[in-house]
Amino acid sequence: MSEGVERSLEPGGAATADAVVVTERAQSASGDERGGLLHGPAARNLGLVIALALLCVVGVVTAGDRFASIDNILTILRLAAITGVLSIGMTFVITGGGIDLSVGSVLGLASVWASTLATQTMAQDTHWIVMVFTALLVGVACGLVNGVLVAYGNVVAFIATLAMMVAARGLAEIISNRQTQRVKVQGFLDFFRDDWLGIPVLVWIFALVSAAGWVLLNRTTFGRRTLAVGGNPEAARLAGIKVKRHTMYLYALAGLTAGIGGVMMLGRTTAGTSTNGMLYELDAIAAVVVGGTLLAGGRGTIVGTVFGVLIFTTLTNVFTLNNLSISAQAIAKGVIIVGAVLLQQRVAARSRAGT
Amino acid sequence: MVNADRTQPGEPGVPTVPGEKPVLLEMRGIVKQFPGARALDGVELEVRAGEVHCLLGQNGAGKSTLIKVLSGAHQPDEGEILLDGRPVTIPHPVAALRLGIATMYQELDVVDGLTVAENIFLGHELSTAGFTQRGAVIRRTRELLRRLGHPGISPRREVGRLSAAGKQIVSMARALSHDARVIVMDEPSAVLDSQEVSNLFRVVRDLTQQGVAVVYISHRLEEIRQIGDRITVLKDGRTVAAGLEVAQTSTAELIRLMTGRTVEYAIPRRPEVAPDAPTLLSVAGLTVPGEFHDVSFDVRAGEVVGLAGLVGSGRSEILEAVFGARRPSAGSVEVGGRRIRSGDVSAAVAAGVGLCPEERKSQGLLLDEPVYRNITLSTFARTANAGFLDERAERRQAVAHIEALDVRPARPDRAARTLSGGNQQKVLLARWLEHGCRVLLLDEPTRGVDVGARAEIYALIARLTAAGTAVVVVSSEIDEVLGLADHVLVVSEGRVVHSGPAAQIDEHRVLDLVMEGSAA
Repeated sequence: MSEGVERSLEPGGAATADAVVVTERAQSASGDERGGLLHGPAARNLGLVIALALLCVVGVVTAGDRFASIDNILTILRLAAITGVLSIGMTFVITGGGIDLSVGSVLGLASVWASTLATQTMAQDTHWIVMVFTALLVGVACGLVNGVLVAYGNVVAFIATLAMMVAARGLAEIISNRQTQRVKVQGFLDFFRDDWLGIPVLVWIFALVSAAGWVLLNRTTFGRRTLAVGGNPEAARLAGIKVKRHTMYLYALAGLTAGIGGVMMLGRTTAGTSTNGMLYELDAIAAVVVGGTLLAGGRGTIVGTVFGVLIFTTLTNVFTLNNLSISAQAIAKGVIIVGAVLLQQRVAARSRAGT
Repeated sequence: MVNADRTQPGEPGVPTVPGEKPVLLEMRGIVKQFPGARALDGVELEVRAGEVHCLLGQNGAGKSTLIKVLSGAHQPDEGEILLDGRPVTIPHPVAALRLGIATMYQELDVVDGLTVAENIFLGHELSTAGFTQRGAVIRRTRELLRRLGHPGISPRREVGRLSAAGKQIVSMARALSHDARVIVMDEPSAVLDSQEVSNLFRVVRDLTQQGVAVVYISHRLEEIRQIGDRITVLKDGRTVAAGLEVAQTSTAELIRLMTGRTVEYAIPRRPEVAPDAPTLLSVAGLTVPGEFHDVSFDVRAGEVVGLAGLVGSGRSEILEAVFGARRPSAGSVEVGGRRIRSGDVSAAVAAGVGLCPEERKSQGLLLDEPVYRNITLSTFARTANAGFLDERAERRQAVAHIEALDVRPARPDRAARTLSGGNQQKVLLARWLEHGCRVLLLDEPTRGVDVGARAEIYALIARLTAAGTAVVVVSSEIDEVLGLADHVLVVSEGRVVHSGPAAQIDEHRVLDLVMEGSAA
């Protein structure tokens, strides 16, 4: 009997203890708030800076000057540029509560589209900028199809964009007849091979898209709507935000970045093939998530995404310089993704209990 | 003698009065505190074996919380639970089932995609080394269904294809499959027609004859008269009457026990609405199939119209349809004489309508975003310059409302999640104040709100109406609706059963209407 009584007291006791812990956390959190720097986005990005710095240290130690040279750094940035642009679009879609699996395929389709145009006779009469423009249009169009399906057709984003991923790849194969199409438009090739102020054009494009993405997400009504739609679509709808329309725009934006990526790919490799951008969507998603954007939506960071892209590209570079296999790279990437997400959950849980 | 003050030796551990059934379950002094609200404040419940014990109380009286404590979903902060006179703890739902306490929730908790048999043995599948014993499961299911008087239901039938009544039988069979000694039924008749209800009663009587105790929750007093043995009445988280014999308690007495407040809330008196005040909101013949039918009402500038009714009567759905969040099949909504596109929230917001929804957290707030962004969620685009946010102006607007409404803590950058219920409600009100709406729809504006914030919200409603805003209030608390509103609509089962001035109707009459209307 007395045993029973003791047991019956347990839950009450435990509850009180919990309450005490919560209050303590709340106090320490409000302390942080006043402390400033160690809290919020700065703290989150600090982890990424440290991770990237560690990778660089590893690079310098293992590869020495081969890693720490201007040329190598530009190589890393050039490699990061295309995935980077895709990741910016992906950041918007994921922050808005969605996912886009089709960007890699759409990139391929856009590049093939542009290279096909470039090999037609009409290319000789028109400026290459028209070719670029149509490639971007193809990207936006694919994104719009995704967006309409997700927003108005109520198709789950994963499925709608999976369908686009398969279909766009197929369409690219038909257009290119599975051939590699060499682009010989000199103006186009020169533009993408050029450097401005010693920095490759591809890297400039990545930087410009990132800056534009940052402004769009953090300083405009479009960005605020994205956060609202991803954070709580029902609350956003009941506040008068046109959630469906905005969702559609987000996929169109991702499609646009895929189109830009397609053109960049064409500029870098000078060839349009239907296999361009294969599995890039996964690299983009990984970079976004590692960067600290919540996969569930409602919180996104462009700076984090850029770091995420750089971390993965630097990793690849360090491994390559040390002649490690692609398989080993893949394992390391997997570990980084899981580690970052676990860390993210900790931070999220703490901010939930505290602030 | 040493034993002088002790009870007679040989007296059984369970107190029994000769001729009465033995006490099976006792809950003593149960207290459950939620952030900002004390849901249970010392509840007493005593259930005897083989009886149907009815639990009565208005919405928010604490019935659901009490059931959740009993079923292990919530842990009480204080108090004890005794089964057969022995104290027990119920740390999780499985523990409740092991003790023989099974609960049938109001929302049918069956999995549509599984078969009848799979649903009944969900969570305690009969298995050998991980392989389900399909034959045994089917056999036991047949047995249970026969015991419940429904041998016609096939154990292999997919549950999604059964009617609501059929699903309820499955739910009950599941309770029985645990060898339950206490079965809690939360409004089991809500989804049934009269034929099915009489079948339910037959099953309940069979169960009690086998010594099973049934805790029965219903708003329908007639039902309680038919099936109940004793009644416990809850109000404001306390037991106000325990173990009343059904046969010896009048309906008037029950309603008196359920109504009347222990805590007085100050609802400020407002002046009469001017007779020449223009009609701001005009709802005509609004219908959402399956939710409510042919609802019409007008709200004038400065007027408060209240919708009273039970949860699930269609009150919230009416508000949502007026706001455009649900697409009506018929009817129209006019704001200031201009018809607004049906089923379009943005159009309603643009026309100056605001809604503070029932579920603040899931429908109203961006919980992880700062307070100021929650306040400006409907207006940030208006404040922005050519698409570029003006966060400084947004903060300024938010701070003004935080001060005016006394939101605590008064920090615009705190995440909305960290605020109490009352302060979250103020944030939502501030959003519509900033927007400057002419028609404000409030769904349960004071649910989960403490007494102090309640008074502030009432005062704010009075201020708004004085400034000419038209307000529609939905609340489960009848006295709140009557206190706030000039004109009251009583809604029952998706129909308006009464419409008239608030001054000409009292709480008892409303409760009567609600219960009459819902009687099958």
